[in-house]
Amino acid sequence: MLIEIDVNNKKIQAKKGETILETLNRNGIKVPTLCRMEGFSPTGACRMCVVEVEGKSALIPSCSHPVEESMKIRTHSPRVIQSRKMLVELLLSNHPDDCLYCASNGKCELQDLAVELNVCERRISGEKIKAKLDQSSPGIVKDSAKCILCGRCVRVCEEVMDVSTFDFYKRGNKTAITTSMNKDLNFSNCINCGQCIQVCPTGALFEKTNFDIVLQMLNNKDTTVVAQYSPSISVSLADELGLRQGKDVNGILNAVLKRIGFAKVFATAFAADLAICEQSAELADRIANDENLPMISSCCPGWIKHMEQSHPDMIDLVSTTKSPQQIMGALVKSYFAQKEKITPEKIFSVSIMPCTAKKFEAQREEMTHKGISDIDAVLTTRELLKLIKLFGVDVHSIDEEMPDNPFNTRSSVGKMVAVSGGVAESIVRTLNYKLTGKELSDLKITKLRGFKDLREYFIKIRKQQIGFTVVNGLKSANKLISEIRDGKSDIHFVEIMACPGGCVNGGGQPTCNDVKVLKNRSKQIYDIDDKEAIRVAHKNSKVISLYDEYLGEALSEKCIKQLHTNYTKREVLL
Amino acid sequence: MLGKVNFKNKDFLIQNVLKSESEILEKEVKEKLGIIQRKNIDKPIITISINSTSIISGAHNLNKSINDYLIDRDIEADIVSVGSLGLCSIEPVISVQIPGKTQLFYKNVLPENIISILDGTFNNFIQEENVLGQLTDDILDPWEKVPFFNELAYFKNQQRLVLKNCGFINPESIEEYIAAGGYKSYYNVINKNTPEEVCDLIEASKLRGRGGQGYLTGKKWKIAYETPSAQKYLICNAGESDPGAFMERILIESDPHKVIEGIAISAYAIGVQKAFIYIETEYTLAIERIKNAIEQAKGFGLLGHDIMKSGYNLDIVIKRGAGAYVCGEETALISSLEGKRGKPHSKPPYPATNGLYNQPTIVNNVETLVNVPIIIEKGVDWYKSIGTEESKGTKVFSISGKVEYTCLVEVEMGTKLRDVIFRVAGGIKNEKRFKAVHIGGPSGGCLTEKHLDTLIDYESVMLTGISLGSASMVVLDEDNCIIDLVKYFMNFMQHESCGLCIPCREGTRRMYEILKSISKRPKDENGHTTLQRFKGVMQLESLAEILKDTSMCGLGKKASNPVLSTLKWFREEYEDHIFERKCDAGVCQELKTFEINIDACTGCTLCAKKCPTGAIFGTVKSKHFIVQDKCIGCGICFETCKFSAIVSK
Amino acid sequence: MPNLEEILEKYPFVQRDNLISILQDVQSEFGFLSEEAVVKVGKYLDLPTSKIYGVATFYHHFRFKTKGKYHIRVCNGSSCHVNLNSQIIREIEKRTEVKNEEVTKDGLFSLEETTCMATCGEGPVMAVNEEYFTNLTIKKVAEIIDSFKRLEE
Repeated sequence: MLIEIDVNNKKIQAKKGETILETLNRNGIKVPTLCRMEGFSPTGACRMCVVEVEGKSALIPSCSHPVEESMKIRTHSPRVIQSRKMLVELLLSNHPDDCLYCASNGKCELQDLAVELNVCERRISGEKIKAKLDQSSPGIVKDSAKCILCGRCVRVCEEVMDVSTFDFYKRGNKTAITTSMNKDLNFSNCINCGQCIQVCPTGALFEKTNFDIVLQMLNNKDTTVVAQYSPSISVSLADELGLRQGKDVNGILNAVLKRIGFAKVFATAFAADLAICEQSAELADRIANDENLPMISSCCPGWIKHMEQSHPDMIDLVSTTKSPQQIMGALVKSYFAQKEKITPEKIFSVSIMPCTAKKFEAQREEMTHKGISDIDAVLTTRELLKLIKLFGVDVHSIDEEMPDNPFNTRSSVGKMVAVSGGVAESIVRTLNYKLTGKELSDLKITKLRGFKDLREYFIKIRKQQIGFTVVNGLKSANKLISEIRDGKSDIHFVEIMACPGGCVNGGGQPTCNDVKVLKNRSKQIYDIDDKEAIRVAHKNSKVISLYDEYLGEALSEKCIKQLHTNYTKREVLL
Repeated sequence: MLGKVNFKNKDFLIQNVLKSESEILEKEVKEKLGIIQRKNIDKPIITISINSTSIISGAHNLNKSINDYLIDRDIEADIVSVGSLGLCSIEPVISVQIPGKTQLFYKNVLPENIISILDGTFNNFIQEENVLGQLTDDILDPWEKVPFFNELAYFKNQQRLVLKNCGFINPESIEEYIAAGGYKSYYNVINKNTPEEVCDLIEASKLRGRGGQGYLTGKKWKIAYETPSAQKYLICNAGESDPGAFMERILIESDPHKVIEGIAISAYAIGVQKAFIYIETEYTLAIERIKNAIEQAKGFGLLGHDIMKSGYNLDIVIKRGAGAYVCGEETALISSLEGKRGKPHSKPPYPATNGLYNQPTIVNNVETLVNVPIIIEKGVDWYKSIGTEESKGTKVFSISGKVEYTCLVEVEMGTKLRDVIFRVAGGIKNEKRFKAVHIGGPSGGCLTEKHLDTLIDYESVMLTGISLGSASMVVLDEDNCIIDLVKYFMNFMQHESCGLCIPCREGTRRMYEILKSISKRPKDENGHTTLQRFKGVMQLESLAEILKDTSMCGLGKKASNPVLSTLKWFREEYEDHIFERKCDAGVCQELKTFEINIDACTGCTLCAKKCPTGAIFGTVKSKHFIVQDKCIGCGICFETCKFSAIVSK
Repeated sequence: MPNLEEILEKYPFVQRDNLISILQDVQSEFGFLSEEAVVKVGKYLDLPTSKIYGVATFYHHFRFKTKGKYHIRVCNGSSCHVNLNSQIIREIEKRTEVKNEEVTKDGLFSLEETTCMATCGEGPVMAVNEEYFTNLTIKKVAEIIDSFKRLEE
């Protein structure tokens, strides 16, 4: 039902039941917010969105107040602006004065608001908050002194991720955001997914950076610095680099990384193809022996940590295949090193990922070989952007290049794993070929695509019904796991990605709270699959030759040693 | 001692009192009632007031002393525990009642006084220094030279409706409560009235919520009553966490059945079958007594299933609060009951339509609910004859601070503030001068001498810029510093804010810091110069405004009241602190300056050694001096000097 | 030895609204909320421990450390404040070397500032364990605390 309200002396139409803010936004009137997140119920905590409503003595928060018939609203009256300004000044009064050195400098909502509201003098000064910088986690750094207690991280962690690492602590002037029992992040149940970083309006949460060590190594003449980059980052960079939004920038990326000084540049997509082959073989084996089913995907490090701490009884069900990053890491320090006749100690292997949990994965004990880590440093997409800026690379004038040998081919599924549902779809294709010797007539499996939290697909291969399930986000994963525990048995493969939407929406990606942009990233990936010729992992020519000359066949002893891993139960406070 | 009363008179009371239709009681019934009411007695009865105040003052030991006394002298007498008369300063209070004589009350009773007091009473030789007064009675013989209660200034100037039974009846006996007329209104209502009729009655009575805002109770009930829902809830808010209020605590301890009856009638009117009492877990005695009262009411069939065959069901559940002032705010209270952090929600939706577990929920405070059976019993017209045009009935206050009697007070709405402080509470202690009275705790404000003729009702108090709030009064005399009190409340608020919304969390913190800096000498490393200090005060006003304008809940909106009211009435005192850096009352320690009286200084060097900032100079056996710029006013030298050579100003 | 399971059994309905009551029972049984207790309550109510910690730290009655052998509660109500209890609190802090909500290293003293104890007429007031002391002066406080210290010598 439509009602009419008066905003700044102009009549506008509002839908009954919606909030004032929703009406304003639909009508192109901008009101600042700090605690609000799209798709979440309002908390009304920041009070930044207050407006003046005729007949009410106090100002009204537009985010939570419903529109009422013939309301008279003023969104930018002097009183409103003065209040908003004062609120920002209050936040700034005890905020650390180190914007220039802050991880969020230039991308800080508080900074933006201060500019917007013309804060140019320190009128109120308060005692600074003394808070410990929590650098304990390999993925995420928490600087409570910069926290404005908007609660967005708490809500994402609880309502989207279902991990609930954070909650509010104490109250009043002692309010803070902490983990359970106030433990450091690395002793908490944090899975390092980085979604909290994505929503943090200030620099209170940011990734643990490996920037300096990478720079140092790039300048070290004795070391061969090798880079690999995740299939998902090429679709999220364009915007930030000033190219057409959503454009796939693979070729440019290869050239840029070379220009920065990486000796070799590989696409993790190659390793993804290999991972799909290994997982398909593993799944075929399990189905044949009817054991450890359904097999659960293993490429998401956030999910793996979550599984080890919350569902250790599922360890046997999880595929033992390493994630593409770690497969590439292992190959670089073995196969590649042998081929190029470099000792593994002299190789510094950098991986560029859309993910903060990958930083955690790289330093897992299982991911080392004779004391040498397979991956030496992980950079997030955001860190890569800084690197590109630092080296002054002009992306507009650079010629596209190919990734380096011996891993310079990929199929389209190597890219598709970046999207929720991509792994499952890729495995259907390869498994079908493995079991029947034929390709599917239509490779596109629409049922596994999209943004629903749970997607299922059943296919008959050699008279056997095989079920595939894709789970989007940990909340649905937890639900599915309890169903499996209760005996759900019609499915054979489960793909779990911690972040909703998959790696394209990872916690290491450029901060973006616009759902449209996120959807566009997925579309871009699927476009690649639609357009390209090689659309199955097992047809990647370099993968085939790698098996032939080095690994033997899938699940061979060598494969198990280099491409597979194991998991152990973790004791953390849940 | 606190043994549960058995129900030997249950059937009698239900048949002849609750169910009785006639106004006039038969002689037999009257006689038996007299026994339960402790009017017709055949042996002496001694009452001891057992409440949280008297326990701290040592009342628990009295029982043993009295028992020993009775056994030693082979006197047969009953000992009954009662609640509190409301006169907290004179606890422990006992009373002695001898057959044929009026009930005689003693104050400040300690175990060592017992022998002389009881010896005196039993031998008609009264211990004057402990005597409080006697009750009036038509039949019984009065004691000579003992004032009657209705002659005492404390009682004379009050109108006790809510507190009527307090200190007289045994709070652990439902029989005494029914014998005193209790539960009759409840019985009548559930058998004779529809819920809607009760809502109408309360609306017509113009009863207003005693929790602070003064919203019309009947109107609020009707919203919940008219919201269709299978389950509705009533919450009795007894979580009184104002740091200076104790009326609900004492009321529950002294007359718990009245609270139960209030809840029961209100629940019936709203259509509630499950009511909660939210009470601070620290109130152990109050919880014990209200629990006991619920059990007894169940035993009498006044709670539970199909109450008194009326078809009405009601359960009352006690929920203990875990300590948070903000839970006095109804939406925060609801969060707390749901097992969450006590964070308030934005309104709308209002609890009356969408509250506990998203069901219609009414939150009323204890005093509001206790007014309900009174209105039902005495009738709307009678009730409306008390009080002012817009504020009906009475109001209970707790008065503490520098008054002669720390006490509970119940006066008719519209009574002058002066009467409450100077008549009922006995004026200022130790013949000091009245300076101010702070009403309403941390959300309230300060009134000065010129406001003493303000009438106590919602509108008149509101006109002075403050609200009645929790209705605690803290009286200040000339030795108190206003800045210090406001600083205390701001400190309380910055701890008690739920921390959710920015204006309240950051605003209270900044205001506290500003107040701290002006009550301190400007010589720490932060360099609080006079200009900055002055700017701070300018900020106080705009901070107070933003809190009022943008905070989410009542706590934040009212958090600046103490500051705003004192800035208005005590501006000079602020200026003294800022510009003159002096605190006339001498309370702000850190504003003090110290000097050395050279005539008394012996040059022992002790003060120079102890001075934490090295502000004292001087060599052995020569006169010392203090460099004021270095002195932080800690006062250590003052405490150290053995020759009283350090003078503080 | 008190048993956590017995406390949980008193709440057969696994509902979040029992959380605060359960924590209160646990604390009155064990004196404080241990990590183990928080984990068990979390398992029982199917709540993340972070949420339990969040709720428990919100309310000031909950503690995560044991009390001292002599637990001092001092009234910080407004009436006691105007009767200069801040000097009393300072003296207690000085004598016992413990601050509000803390326990001394030797576990002897712990301090808790409470809101009104309803004995405003005789303030400032404090309690050591269950023993109350009224009309406090700095000298009186010093003597009281020293007497407890002497008991330990």
